[in-house]
Amino acid sequence: MFEIDSSRLDLAQEFKRKPFGRHSADLQRILNRMRSEPFEGHYVLLRDGRFGPWKLAQLGRRPQDPMTLTGHIFDDRHQAEWAVFKLRWQRLTGQELPLD
Amino acid sequence: MLKIVGYTDRPSARPGEQLDFKVSCEGGANSFDSRIVRLICGDDGPISPGYKVVPVEAKVNGSYPGRQQKIDVGSYLLTQQPVTLHASAGFTLAAIVQGHWVDKEAPQVVLACHDLGHVGSVRGVALGLDRSGAGAVTVGDGRGQITLGTGRPLLPKHWYLLAASYDANDRRLTVIQRPLDRQFGEPEISEGSAVIPFNLPDMTAATLTIGASLLPGLSDRRQSQHHFDGKIEAPAIYAGYLDPTKINHPSWAPIPCIARWDFSRDIAAKIVKDQSGNGHDGELINLPNRAVTGANWHSETTNWRERPDLYGAIHFHSDDLYDMGWATDFTWELPNDLASGIYACELTTKDGGEDILPFFVLPPKGKVTASVAFLASTYTYLAYANSHHGYEDALSEVCYGALLELGPTEQFLKDRRDFGVSLYDRHRDGSGSCYSSWLRPILNTRPKRTIWNFNADLHITDWLQAIGQPYDIITDDRIHAEGVELLQNYRCVIAGTHPEYHSTAMLDAFERYQKDGGRLIYLGGNGFYWRIATNPAWPAAIELRRGEAGTRCYELPPGERYHAFTGEFGGLWRSQGRAPQKMLGVGFVTEGFDASSYYLRLADSFDPRAAFIFDGIGPDDRIGDFGILGGAAGLELDASDPELGTPAHALILASSVEHSNVFLLTPEEMLAGFPGLDAIENAKCRAELVFFETPSGGAVFSTGSIGWASSLSHNGYDNNVSRLTLNVLRRFLDPEPFA
Repeated sequence: MFEIDSSRLDLAQEFKRKPFGRHSADLQRILNRMRSEPFEGHYVLLRDGRFGPWKLAQLGRRPQDPMTLTGHIFDDRHQAEWAVFKLRWQRLTGQELPLD
Repeated sequence: MLKIVGYTDRPSARPGEQLDFKVSCEGGANSFDSRIVRLICGDDGPISPGYKVVPVEAKVNGSYPGRQQKIDVGSYLLTQQPVTLHASAGFTLAAIVQGHWVDKEAPQVVLACHDLGHVGSVRGVALGLDRSGAGAVTVGDGRGQITLGTGRPLLPKHWYLLAASYDANDRRLTVIQRPLDRQFGEPEISEGSAVIPFNLPDMTAATLTIGASLLPGLSDRRQSQHHFDGKIEAPAIYAGYLDPTKINHPSWAPIPCIARWDFSRDIAAKIVKDQSGNGHDGELINLPNRAVTGANWHSETTNWRERPDLYGAIHFHSDDLYDMGWATDFTWELPNDLASGIYACELTTKDGGEDILPFFVLPPKGKVTASVAFLASTYTYLAYANSHHGYEDALSEVCYGALLELGPTEQFLKDRRDFGVSLYDRHRDGSGSCYSSWLRPILNTRPKRTIWNFNADLHITDWLQAIGQPYDIITDDRIHAEGVELLQNYRCVIAGTHPEYHSTAMLDAFERYQKDGGRLIYLGGNGFYWRIATNPAWPAAIELRRGEAGTRCYELPPGERYHAFTGEFGGLWRSQGRAPQKMLGVGFVTEGFDASSYYLRLADSFDPRAAFIFDGIGPDDRIGDFGILGGAAGLELDASDPELGTPAHALILASSVEHSNVFLLTPEEMLAGFPGLDAIENAKCRAELVFFETPSGGAVFSTGSIGWASSLSHNGYDNNVSRLTLNVLRRFLDPEPFA
């Protein structure tokens, strides 16, 4: 299994600059790993209004199980993608991402 | 929480016809308002054209009393004729079953005989599974009830004989389960037996159900419960006691038969005949799966029509839904002078609830009121109806290239399985969904939703309105029913952003239209991809049997890929010799939902035959490097392929570029996996603009991208996507034949 190199802050910065669209091959490997997390605990965004804000939540064990709010609220989807990237970075590397 | 929802009794109508509107106030409001509008644009996003409607003076505009309407979800078989069961003489029940959701921790009924007139505790008998998933029988005398199980949960997706008998002489109740394909460590038979502490009453007006039981004491409506998720075969009920360990097959026992059913007969029918001769025919409720392999199927054939005797099972699901069955709140007789168009009924409540339920108005039969028709992809809208797929599949995010988002509609549907599933979902027991019906609120076929299917198609009607082009609306369901007659008087037909699902009759109609010189503009991606089927017994539904090819969210088991409705082989049209490249010049190659891009002109675009298309567009212009999605080439993309039928003379005018790593080659394009499948490395992952002429003076223009229409409105409709589309439309409406 591909492991994330926690020293590659350049790839984290690349994602922050552009969360959607073409990415470098090295960043894409990181994203593939992060976005393929298991169903239980998978991050999703909940939107109650037509155009935001977005609340971060995690899926339950099964599709019919309730979701759990994490407490994070975002005004736009770029913010949300970056916040989840940092959460997953910490979980998968064991180290906090030293970038805002 | 959606506070009000509704549906019409069918998707399309013509002037003079009636539409029934059925409304439920889910938020508790006791009244609601209705207003009929003509829909122009449904996209109310910050950089979008906005929600645009034209109010319609309609007799049904006004206020109505409101209430929440009930839903009976889950499939089962229900007999109509009252049953007499002399429990004092004993009885025997048997069936072959294959449980698919054994661990759901709820009772599941295979065959029930209950006195429904008795309010309160169960009065009667039910064979099924107990909460542990073991074979079980439940009996009740109306005061108390007992469930007796075998103590051994079934193995999921394995066949068992279940049987239960009651010996009235000593009040002994016995239940057995016998595996038909015994696995290592399984006993030959598992049994439970006990003397019950009360006498079971004789019943003279009981009701037989298969796959669920009914709540007793409801005189005004029907409510099922305790659904069995899985396959049931050859259920039967007998008068008198028979040692259940002596039963070899449920369909025969040396005691009088009360009722037995053979599900391999009349597979397309809604009524299942009782084979006992006692007339206990049953009606299937909520469209369970037929044409599924039975216990005696061992790969002899994959086509149920060749050996229906191997297809004696029905697969029931607790989340099957055909008809909500709601009461009609009002009926609108469409005025004779109502213009063809996409209309909607705006439903609102004082507590802030809103639902906007669309319907499609065609011109009077046999008439056209414009030279161009826009085809509303009603079968595709239906295929996606109330889809849960995105948030029930852990791989969605990596496929989409973005975090999953659940808006109010998705959150509502996640909590409300009783609104049914789409053709993209798996049932709760894990099996793929094969049916979708109109007779329910379809909450993702609405304006003010994601730019997808219906709401994306409204970008095209918005554009037609903006350029002043009169148009008629036609629909998939009406082409299926009426054939080429519906198309033939239009000089040009525009197919929308994602016309993905089509029946044989529809393809035949388009083939005839094209042969006769019809002009077709296809402003979408992943079009004409899957085959669907219909059935007069279930007129509001479509059926899909997804097979071993295609970009798909499940694959049906071997032997279950022929439609029950028609017997036709299901799956991709490409797999059946009718690839979309033949009809449109392009066919599906890739998809991605993170970012959209643009097209660059290719050498063919400078061919004199294409000059009319590029009038006013520079040779190096980026086509569609703008729009609501950020680009005209996005979401799902199609390209040409001569081997699949793109005509040799077709002009490949432009190709999209710079798609992300998320756009991967569709599986049917690969014979084996290989590195380099994404759009950065694989040149096949792109959209193409294609034009070709057809015999008899017709022509085809295809954009090969779902995203195309979302760029039409950019810069006040003054942009090269709008310009190019208008160039094509003007020429396609010119009666001068293409030579």
